[in-house]
Amino acid sequence: MNWFKYAAPQRFHPLAGRAVPWFGVAAVLLAVAGLAIALLVAPTDFQQGDAYRIIFIHVPAAWMSMVLYMAMAFWAAMGLVFNARLASMLALALAPTGALMTFLALWTGALWGKPTWGTWWVWDARLTSELILLFLYIGFMSLHAAIDDERRADRAAAVLALVGAVNVPIIYFSVQWWNTLHQGSSVKLGGSSMAAIMLVGMLLMTLAFWMYSFAVVLARARCIILERERHAAWAQGALA
Amino acid sequence: MNWPSFDAFVAMGGYGLYVWGSFAVCALAFAVELLALRQRRKALQALPPADAAGQGAGA
Amino acid sequence: MSQALFALFQRDLRIALRRRADTGSALVFFVIVVSLFPLGVGPQFELLRRIAPGVLWVAALLASMLSMPRLFADDHADGTLEQLLLSPTPLALLVLAKTAAHWLASGALLALISPLLALQFDLPARDAGVLCLSLLLGTPLLSLLGAVGSALTVGLRGAGVLLSLLVLPLCVPVLIFGVGAVEASSAGLGVAAQFSLLGAMLVLGLFGAPLAAAAALRIAMD
Repeated sequence: MNWFKYAAPQRFHPLAGRAVPWFGVAAVLLAVAGLAIALLVAPTDFQQGDAYRIIFIHVPAAWMSMVLYMAMAFWAAMGLVFNARLASMLALALAPTGALMTFLALWTGALWGKPTWGTWWVWDARLTSELILLFLYIGFMSLHAAIDDERRADRAAAVLALVGAVNVPIIYFSVQWWNTLHQGSSVKLGGSSMAAIMLVGMLLMTLAFWMYSFAVVLARARCIILERERHAAWAQGALA
Repeated sequence: MNWPSFDAFVAMGGYGLYVWGSFAVCALAFAVELLALRQRRKALQALPPADAAGQGAGA
Repeated sequence: MSQALFALFQRDLRIALRRRADTGSALVFFVIVVSLFPLGVGPQFELLRRIAPGVLWVAALLASMLSMPRLFADDHADGTLEQLLLSPTPLALLVLAKTAAHWLASGALLALISPLLALQFDLPARDAGVLCLSLLLGTPLLSLLGAVGSALTVGLRGAGVLLSLLVLPLCVPVLIFGVGAVEASSAGLGVAAQFSLLGAMLVLGLFGAPLAAAAALRIAMD
C-alpha cells in the first residue's frame, strides 16, 4: 500500500479525521482503567502516604513531554529536508500539546514536592530539565509566531527544534551534574521498589496520555491544514 | 478498594489538596486544550472562503 | 578563500571598533547589572563571595545576548548579507569569521574586565582568575549559539528579545560548567574537569553552530 499518498494534506485530512475518534475513545477507556487503579485500587505508599498518587499523572506527563518533543523535532526535520509541508504542519501541531504536558509535569512535580520535601519547587535534575524543555517548546512556538511567511516560519522553527534536540542530552547531563554537586534532592518514590499494581497503573495512564496526545495533535493538524489550504476547493468543501 | 468512606477518599490521607490539585489541574488543562481546538475549528468555518487563485468552480 | 575570510573578519572588527557606542553599551550593561546585585542582596561579603560566580556568569550571558542581533542585522539592512550568501566561500565559514570578530568585540572584553568586577564581590584573586579563564573559554560558545539565534531571527520585529528567549535555554550547560569551575576553585578542588567539558562543548559548537546558522540564514533570505 502506498503510504506516501497521505503526505498530501488533502488526503491526510480525512484520514486523520477518521483516526481522531478512535484515539479519543482509547484515551478515555485507558484513563478510566488507569484512574481506577491510581485512585482506588493501588495501596497507600509506606513512606509518602497518599501523596504519591500524583506520580500517576506526573510520570506520564513528563514522558509525553519528551516523546512529543522528539516527534516534533523529527517531523520538523522531515519538513526541512524533504520540503514536505505536511511534516512541518505536524511539527507545529505537536508543539502546544508538548508544552502542555511539560507544564503538567512541572505543576504535578511542585505539588508532589511540597508534601514530600516541604517546598513548592524542588531543584531536582529532572524537574529542572523539564523547565528548560518548556522554554524550548515556548521558543519553538514564539519563533514560528514571529515570522509572517509560513514556509520561512516552518523551516526556521525546524532548525531551532533540531538544535534544541541535539542540546537536550547535553542540558540534561549538565543539570544532573549540577544537581549532584549541590546535593539536591531527587523526586522519586521511596526506597522500596514499586508494587506491580502501581506499575500497571502507570502504564495505563501513560498509554492514556499517549492516545490523548494522538487525538489532540491530529485534530490540531487538521485545523492547521484547513487554515493553510483554505483557498483550495477541497478545503472549502470540507469546511462547508 | 482502599477507602473506608467517601470522606477518606477525598481526604487522601491528609494530602487531598495536593492529589486533587494535580488531578484537577490535569483535567482542566485537557478541557482547555479541547475547547481551544473546538474554537479554532469554529473560527475556520466562520471565515469567508479565501479568494482562490482562480475563479471558484461554478456558483 | 582564507583571504576572503580574513577580509571579512577584519571588516567586522573594524566596524565594531568604529561603532564604539554599540560595542561599549553591552560592556556597560554588564558592569551595571553586576553592580545591581549587591544593591539588591546586601553588601555582606560572605554572601557576595558565594554568589559572585553565578552573578557574573549570568550577567555575561545577558550582555552577550544583548549584543548578538548586531551580528547580522546591519548586513541584512544594507544588502551585504545577500552578497555573502552569493559568495563562493562556504557560508558556514563566513559565519565563523563574523562570529569570531563579534566575539573579540564583545565576549572577550566581558571576560577581560570580569576580574575587576569580581573585586566588587571580594572574590579571591585565584578564583577571579579562574572566572576570567572560564569566561574566555565560555563566551565564544555563547557567541556561536547566539549566532544561530541571530540567523534565525534576522529581520524580524522584536528580534532582540526573541533571540534571547531562543538561545538562553541552550546556554545552560555553559553556565553550569563555567560557574562550576569557579566554585571548584574556591573549594580548593581542581578545575580540569569543568574546563575540559567547556572545551569539548566549544569544539562541538565550532563544528555545529556555523552550519546551523548558515542553514538558518539561507532560510531567512530565501
